[in-house]
Amino acid sequence: MKQTPLYQMHIESQGKMVDFGGWEMSLNYGSQIEEHHQVRRDAGMFDVSHMSVVDFKGVQAKAFLQILIANDVDKLKTQGRALYSCMLNESGGVVDDLIVYYQNDEYYRMVINASTTEKDMAWIHIQANGFDVSVECMSDLAMIAVQGPNARAKVFAAMPGIEEVCGELKPFNAASLGGLFIARTGYTGEDGFEIMLPSSAAKFTWQMLLEASVKPCGLGARDTLRLEAGMSLYGSEMNDEVSPLESALTWTVDLTNENRAFIGRDALEALKERGVEKTIVGLVLEGKGVIRDHQKVITSLGEGEVTSGTFSPTMGKAIALASVPKGNLGLCEIEIRKKQVCAKIVKPPFVRNGKVLV
Amino acid sequence: MSEIRDDRQYTQTHEWILDHGNGTYTMGITDHAQALLGDMVFVELPNADDEVSIEDEFCVVESVKAASGVYAPADLQIIKANAALDDEPELVNASCYDDGWLVKFRSHAVDDLMDAVAYAQTLTRI
Repeated sequence: MKQTPLYQMHIESQGKMVDFGGWEMSLNYGSQIEEHHQVRRDAGMFDVSHMSVVDFKGVQAKAFLQILIANDVDKLKTQGRALYSCMLNESGGVVDDLIVYYQNDEYYRMVINASTTEKDMAWIHIQANGFDVSVECMSDLAMIAVQGPNARAKVFAAMPGIEEVCGELKPFNAASLGGLFIARTGYTGEDGFEIMLPSSAAKFTWQMLLEASVKPCGLGARDTLRLEAGMSLYGSEMNDEVSPLESALTWTVDLTNENRAFIGRDALEALKERGVEKTIVGLVLEGKGVIRDHQKVITSLGEGEVTSGTFSPTMGKAIALASVPKGNLGLCEIEIRKKQVCAKIVKPPFVRNGKVLV
Repeated sequence: MSEIRDDRQYTQTHEWILDHGNGTYTMGITDHAQALLGDMVFVELPNADDEVSIEDEFCVVESVKAASGVYAPADLQIIKANAALDDEPELVNASCYDDGWLVKFRSHAVDDLMDAVAYAQTLTRI
């Protein structure tokens, strides 16, 4: 199994290590629920070094990304600006979801999922054929996400020089400092930074953050936090067979420029013409129990399926994202161990910046 | 290392059973099982007087991570379930052998269980 540069730090913090798509990652350091609350109430950090950073450089970097992804990088005009998007196949299915950061018209940085890296890189290299662009997977970078209402203040306290550069950084923007790349982005619904840094500096930085009382948090809490924040997970809410229009990700698809022939565009336009029949909604269980992935959802408009289900530590209730027939409102039933349990259909997010929104 | 108590018996599926000597028993899940499952958020308990056949799943413990069935070690009848778990499922994590017990039951045929030493050996083999 592959290990991140922070592996030893996880062992020292009694991390419960599990196989996560070929990476030996920490699921929790004792209590997933405490780690979840730590991020909602104070500050926690995640080792996300298993994710891949890909740099695109060259005179046609912009032109290439304009066909590679469904959102339009032409929106990015200032250095460090971030954009969330999906990368589609010809049928409009999602190859991966990603964030792309603008450096200049000839240099973009992308972050893609760990479990899809091999597939993504193969796909990107094929598509890049004929473009004057270099594509490099920056495997020597580690990544630490520090998240929570006190995350930024604690990062400034732990890492000298960061406040001068990132004190005024707006959400969804990034700045560089030496070998560090610091983005005010995340996957928890809280404020904070995602810090990319040389692998050699990872342990030292993690230690400095520990000393600034930032608690280590595992992949378990990362999943309940992202689900409360209503954020999609590749492989759950979207995959190679499902389009962003059917995954409540229409906002990430930019059809404005009619001349921009991005991969999958024709399929999406055809689907729009035919009519999109399903979407992703949020569910809150009314009764007791926990919603789990793949449970059947029965709505007034037909059946659907839970794509991500869990127990929300912030709400103290079971919540889920589910793929259901479009246009549903009100109540539905979820089939849990052959019993039908009532749930309310809501619009995600469930929780943002520590507040329950549904 | 997970805690194993000498005063009770164990199943292959990580339940413990305490024999009260009068045909009644108390049952819960082991320290090993609660640690594997992680933070408990819901316990689905049977009702008093329910009759359960051996190996039937009659109770479900759910952590944030997963739902796990609890299986009957014998043909049995429920005397009562631990109502405290309705509001405090985390008792199963904090006190799996005491306050976090699941059910008390009556049975005439509880056998084929492991003692503490045998159960400890199954854990070292994992």
